[in-house]
Amino acid sequence: MISNKAKKQIDTWVAKYPEGRQSSAVMEALKIVQAENDNSLTSDTIQAVADYLDMPGIAAAEVATFYENYNHKPVGKHTIRICHNISCMLNGADDLIAHLENKLGVKTGEVTPDGLVNVKKVECLGACVGAPMFQIGDQYYENLTADKIDEIVDGLK
Amino acid sequence: MNEVCFKNLDQKDAWSLKTYEANGGYSVWRKILKGEFTPEQIIDELKTSGLRGRGGAGFPTGLKWSFMPRNADMQKYVVCNSDEGEPGTCKDRDILRFNPHSVIEGMAIGGFVMNATKGYNYIRGEFMEPFYRFEGALKEAYDAGLLGENINGSSVSFDLYAHLGAGAYICGEETALLESIEGKKGQPRFKPPFPANIGLFGKPTTINNTESFASVPEILANGGQWFADIGVENSGGCKLFSVSGHVNKPSNFEVPMGTPFKDLLEMAGGVREGRKLKAVIPGGSSTPVLTAEVAMGMTMDYDGIDKAGSMLGAGSVIIMDDSTCMVEALTRLAHFYYDESCGQCTPCREGTGWLYRVLKRIMDGNGKEDDIDLLLGVQDKIMGNTICALGDAAAMPVESFLRNFREEFEYYIEHGKSMVKG
Repeated sequence: MISNKAKKQIDTWVAKYPEGRQSSAVMEALKIVQAENDNSLTSDTIQAVADYLDMPGIAAAEVATFYENYNHKPVGKHTIRICHNISCMLNGADDLIAHLENKLGVKTGEVTPDGLVNVKKVECLGACVGAPMFQIGDQYYENLTADKIDEIVDGLK
Repeated sequence: MNEVCFKNLDQKDAWSLKTYEANGGYSVWRKILKGEFTPEQIIDELKTSGLRGRGGAGFPTGLKWSFMPRNADMQKYVVCNSDEGEPGTCKDRDILRFNPHSVIEGMAIGGFVMNATKGYNYIRGEFMEPFYRFEGALKEAYDAGLLGENINGSSVSFDLYAHLGAGAYICGEETALLESIEGKKGQPRFKPPFPANIGLFGKPTTINNTESFASVPEILANGGQWFADIGVENSGGCKLFSVSGHVNKPSNFEVPMGTPFKDLLEMAGGVREGRKLKAVIPGGSSTPVLTAEVAMGMTMDYDGIDKAGSMLGAGSVIIMDDSTCMVEALTRLAHFYYDESCGQCTPCREGTGWLYRVLKRIMDGNGKEDDIDLLLGVQDKIMGNTICALGDAAAMPVESFLRNFREEFEYYIEHGKSMVKG
């Protein structure tokens, strides 16, 4: 259920913590396993992470449901995480969210029919002087306009 | 401007070891390795410098470091709080992206002072560019023999690791952050015991903000008095201010404490499109909102902002012009705290939901006559009644928005539409 490649990645995180504290790596382990399972988690994959880190399944499930960055339903290949909080709002984030929804034909929280993209409205991503902004994968895109969004979204494969 | 954390900002490969060292970086750390600094000397310099915690609480850093039981015969930890995410705040991201070595050196110095041989930098999960920069800098520091065990043949050891979050504002609360490093839900701990006694993995731990650590090497290189003199009484040194919202040139600015707000606004290009300033949140979304009139007479330091009726917080200045509907702005802030409450304490878990839902119903045109009293009552019941400060952070904007802009809320309730936007 967890590939050898993923186990190796998890091991590099485990090595950062004291002996017997391998459960400190659970947050990254869940991310790694999520990434190789279509970007979402199931009770089985969560249990597999718990078993690998020798911690109770419920403890891993608590982490998986407490933090924002884990998915428990199918999501798109790319998640567009668009900020709607104050600095972005003051700079037109609501209009851009509407633009994005119109362009993709889905509401926030939904996945496009081809499974490529879903849009998630998120709270502050800590790039307020670059508002409005969104995140796709590891990358932040700042000072967004409708045209800039079109260019970025059209380039997603 | 740009004398400490942003010293290297305009230089080529600002984040590299080469640039950092060319600007005097690691000179303090190398002196420590040669035995030319004692922990007591460093604490004295920090106390003289007037450096106060840059994450928002403003607790004197030198004093905080002196609380650690440095002679206790057990593992001790230093932890950096790079879990930046309060609306309006985005300075630590730039420190990690452009000056990661200052954080590493600051943490290593903290480790030496507190006799803590291990450190973790907790970086919010979305900050992947800053994380890779920090990891790159860590590798450079290890390769250069600046970290590890018995560094350069000295008796000093320090190992440093980055830990990534996974999306939870509450982990910026220091004990929630420790829970999170332990691989648990980020729910704050009861205090006491304080982390200096029982912290990470049950061991003595000191947690400081990214900007606090990043300021330490430059302070020690130039002397505590040098730093103190940059600022004003009670607010030593300079500070990063993130100026966002309705300004022409939003940016992070490193300026002396005590800088007049109106000068800072001018640095950010002034209010956009020549509109009129309406309101200012001076220290991040949790700090009380101020009217334009009060803000324009304020100086940017702990006492100056306190006198104006708000708090310096993390130095996150949110500018609102006269097109802003204050009901809408507060509703958005209330949503943030509703979303980010960890759910541990009833007043916060339930109260943030009440605040958001009542504001939402006003915005939907269904506000009731006594909704303003209801909002004030709910925020008052949250304030001071929770384990951590998130409850207070949710309550303070509500009270201040209603106090300063009450007529807009009354109008919205009576007419079912915004006084500003129609």
